[in-house]
Amino acid sequence: MTEKLIYELSRPGRCACFLPRTDVPPVELPSEWVREEAPLLPEVSEVDLVRHYVRLSQLNYGVDTGFYPLGSCTMKYNPKVNEEACRLPGFAQTHPLQPEDTVQGNLKLMYELQCYLREISGFAAVSLQPAAGAHGELAGILIMRAYHLDRGDTGRSRILIPDSAHGTNPASTTMSGLEVVQLKSDSRGNVDLDDLRANLDDRVIGMMLTNPNTLGLFDEHLEEVARLVHGAGGLMYGDGANLNALMGIAKPAALGFDVMHFNLHKTFSTPHGGGGPGSGPVGVTQELARFLPGPVVVRVLDEEACTCRPDDEHDEFCYRYELSQPGSSIGRLKAFHGNFGVMVRAYTYIRMLGSAGLRQASEDAVLNANYLQARLKRVYPVPYERPCMHEFVLEGRLADAPGIRALDISKRLMDFGMHPPTNYFPLIVHEALMIEPTETESKETLDAFVDAMTRIAEEARTQPELLRDAPHTTPVGRLDEVRAAREPRLRWKPPAA
Amino acid sequence: MSYVPHTDADRREMLAAIGVGSVEELFAVVPESVRFPELELPEPLSEAEVLEELRVLSDSNADLDHLACFLGAGAYRHYIPSVVQHVIGRSEFYTAYTPYQPEISQGTLQTIFEYQSMICGLTGMDVSNASHYDGATAMAEAVIMAISVGRGKRRKAVVAPAVHPQYREVVRTYTQGMGVQVVGDEDLTADIGRLAERIDGDTACVIVQVPDFFGGLDSPETLSALADAAHRAGALFVVSVDPISLGLLKPPSEYGVDIVVGEGQSLGLPPSFGGPYLGFFACREEYVRRMAGRLVGETVDSQGRRSYVLTLATREQHIRRERATSNICTNEALCALAASVYLAALGPRGLRQVAELCYHRSHYAANRIAQVPGFAVLDNRPFFKEFVVRCPIPVEEINAELMEWDILGGYDLGRDYPHLAGHMLLCVTELNTRAQIDDLVMALRIIGEGGGE
Repeated sequence: MTEKLIYELSRPGRCACFLPRTDVPPVELPSEWVREEAPLLPEVSEVDLVRHYVRLSQLNYGVDTGFYPLGSCTMKYNPKVNEEACRLPGFAQTHPLQPEDTVQGNLKLMYELQCYLREISGFAAVSLQPAAGAHGELAGILIMRAYHLDRGDTGRSRILIPDSAHGTNPASTTMSGLEVVQLKSDSRGNVDLDDLRANLDDRVIGMMLTNPNTLGLFDEHLEEVARLVHGAGGLMYGDGANLNALMGIAKPAALGFDVMHFNLHKTFSTPHGGGGPGSGPVGVTQELARFLPGPVVVRVLDEEACTCRPDDEHDEFCYRYELSQPGSSIGRLKAFHGNFGVMVRAYTYIRMLGSAGLRQASEDAVLNANYLQARLKRVYPVPYERPCMHEFVLEGRLADAPGIRALDISKRLMDFGMHPPTNYFPLIVHEALMIEPTETESKETLDAFVDAMTRIAEEARTQPELLRDAPHTTPVGRLDEVRAAREPRLRWKPPAA
Repeated sequence: MSYVPHTDADRREMLAAIGVGSVEELFAVVPESVRFPELELPEPLSEAEVLEELRVLSDSNADLDHLACFLGAGAYRHYIPSVVQHVIGRSEFYTAYTPYQPEISQGTLQTIFEYQSMICGLTGMDVSNASHYDGATAMAEAVIMAISVGRGKRRKAVVAPAVHPQYREVVRTYTQGMGVQVVGDEDLTADIGRLAERIDGDTACVIVQVPDFFGGLDSPETLSALADAAHRAGALFVVSVDPISLGLLKPPSEYGVDIVVGEGQSLGLPPSFGGPYLGFFACREEYVRRMAGRLVGETVDSQGRRSYVLTLATREQHIRRERATSNICTNEALCALAASVYLAALGPRGLRQVAELCYHRSHYAANRIAQVPGFAVLDNRPFFKEFVVRCPIPVEEINAELMEWDILGGYDLGRDYPHLAGHMLLCVTELNTRAQIDDLVMALRIIGEGGGE
């Protein structure tokens, strides 16, 4: 099942919009600026446009379609009320450069969200500027760099990163002009302490650590790792991609981290949008607060509004909210104040769950992952056999079905109406299948996944071609990715006349 | 309630299958001294209560549905056809992840391919990626790409003072660790003609904005000459454009541009207090392998059917790690979808009509304001939808008074350009009716008279 390109539906003269007429005297555009050839855009009627996109949507698989156990991506259910909230006119229809006294509602929401994230993480200060996880990483690394430079320590240029890390960690390091030193993992999936010690010296800016890591494992030596890094004068960066395991379980700041980014589009239930928008706020200790990217929102006593007597306790009407640039800020990371529409959704989620609800979410996320691991370890090899956190890794290979790879298992899962796990990541596990069920999935869904994975293991032995040719029931079959890269066709071109 | 489905009976069964007695046991690895902290958060709310709380916050803002908005400066109020919201509200689109599994992601992949095609059609460039966070970060990525094209040997970016001040700031934030010099905007009064003097053998790129931050248009000849100067020195020419203007104005491909970036918010996204927005990025074919971000390409499936897939991924962080062209992973896919639907709904003629409305109405406004005593319009260059007005009293005071008229006034240029204190950047789009403009003119007349007392 395929759909024509919208350009192929185009007929000259069609249009899907009704625009106002000019009610002012027309003014001539200088001839040198006139566009001679109209932009190459499709011309379609409104009904054709709507049907085209509805048909395309039907070729897609989302969390609302079914189970989406994509490791490290936290594909939890995206509550519908979030979507309603962010579209309220006072949020959607406010301009980022309006006078601050006309957007106090927005600023208050941002301030409260900063406070909630501080409380959940234990950090002293939060900036909501970054637009995505990797953007938060860039902020965090630049903060660590600025901290060392600020105290006159110019000899540091290295960031330590375990071999299990997300690819964004080393890429963000390079973008910050720093050098990556990769650390090994030990046999239990922890940071290898000997390798860490061997690489710790006064050239180290800090360490980037995902905890729980991408194997879904909580580092058993975390306190020791943080002690060693701090002992060498380095800072600890936490990749918050896996925060869904820790809400109300442990505060990252209390675990020894100095900086961390949050993924509002993972942990805090905002939708992934087919690849974005996200939001990647960054939290830091008190010592690093003045380096945060800005502006951040601050609350100040409003002398005019406050009618309190000296001994009264101020209430919410005594304050106003302002945008403020931290004193030694690394600077602005994007125009304006961050992905506000995503913040509204995350705020809504936190307000509805509260403290107990967030802890319940993390507990059930970990329960679901352990349940799947316990049931699936009888079917597929598990490289690290110990309780996991919110996700775990299987090896997608079977001793008695040597021709079958993790990719085949993943593709076959689609025929069971499920989204595959993350494939071939982390890199340190052979044929990795990284599975993150999230807390919003029921036991019946998890059982159906176990059944599908079990049946696929049987098929691997008895009918391996079923896997190798899979998927069979999807709108298209396996794609020729080599061809796409060898002869890149990256846009529609009008057929040659 | 946490959107979790488990009953206590479910949990008991699952714990038994795992072989532990309680959920707490699963967290034994967490250091005991910090395990299970009490989070001090407000009491949870029901759906009705949370919506009420949010409505109160939302209502405490002055929103653009209830104001006549003449504020632009990088975020714009344009009409969003109803179909845009309906399409991006399809949850098959908005609840999907990045389309790494193409067999069940053809919807997202084809919409990105169409988006790439439309951005190329609009800008006249050869290739477009799948999006950046916003126009400012797209510009920063253009600088990084230009440095990569120069094989790291060229370490300077020459940027025009009339590039959006926040964009210039973001370029500096992004490149602070890379040993890149950002020059050209030390003298904020300098015009584009002086930029060529700053280009040398160390220059990786030259960046201008068209129309520039003040709304003005330098001639295509001036821009071509600057492009030539950049190319003679071996540097790339980067331009940030207003996509709406391209319905009417000569595309950047016609004045020697190598990389086109810009803010796509105008294409179907609400101002939303600054985000999420859409950074678009297009360039000449020869640089495609040095681009940042995702690219969707056409291919065939196992049965020879035309289909789409993420491609040239060896540029990206999940494959290339520390040698990637950028760290970008999550982008603004849903915003790119909104922009595609917007552009498809308008088509070339609709977009031209929107651009013409912006052009005619902004000129009507400028002509009327120029006649108000005390106010002057700086009109030494053509402009598209924004223009600079010199005011008789401080801009902040004017804007405070305009708010009494339910008018959101223009941007106070003195905030970023000290020599333009007392100057306001006004924006007029197709949503500003003639009546609104006439009201603004009347308000300015009265405010100006009051200030003259």
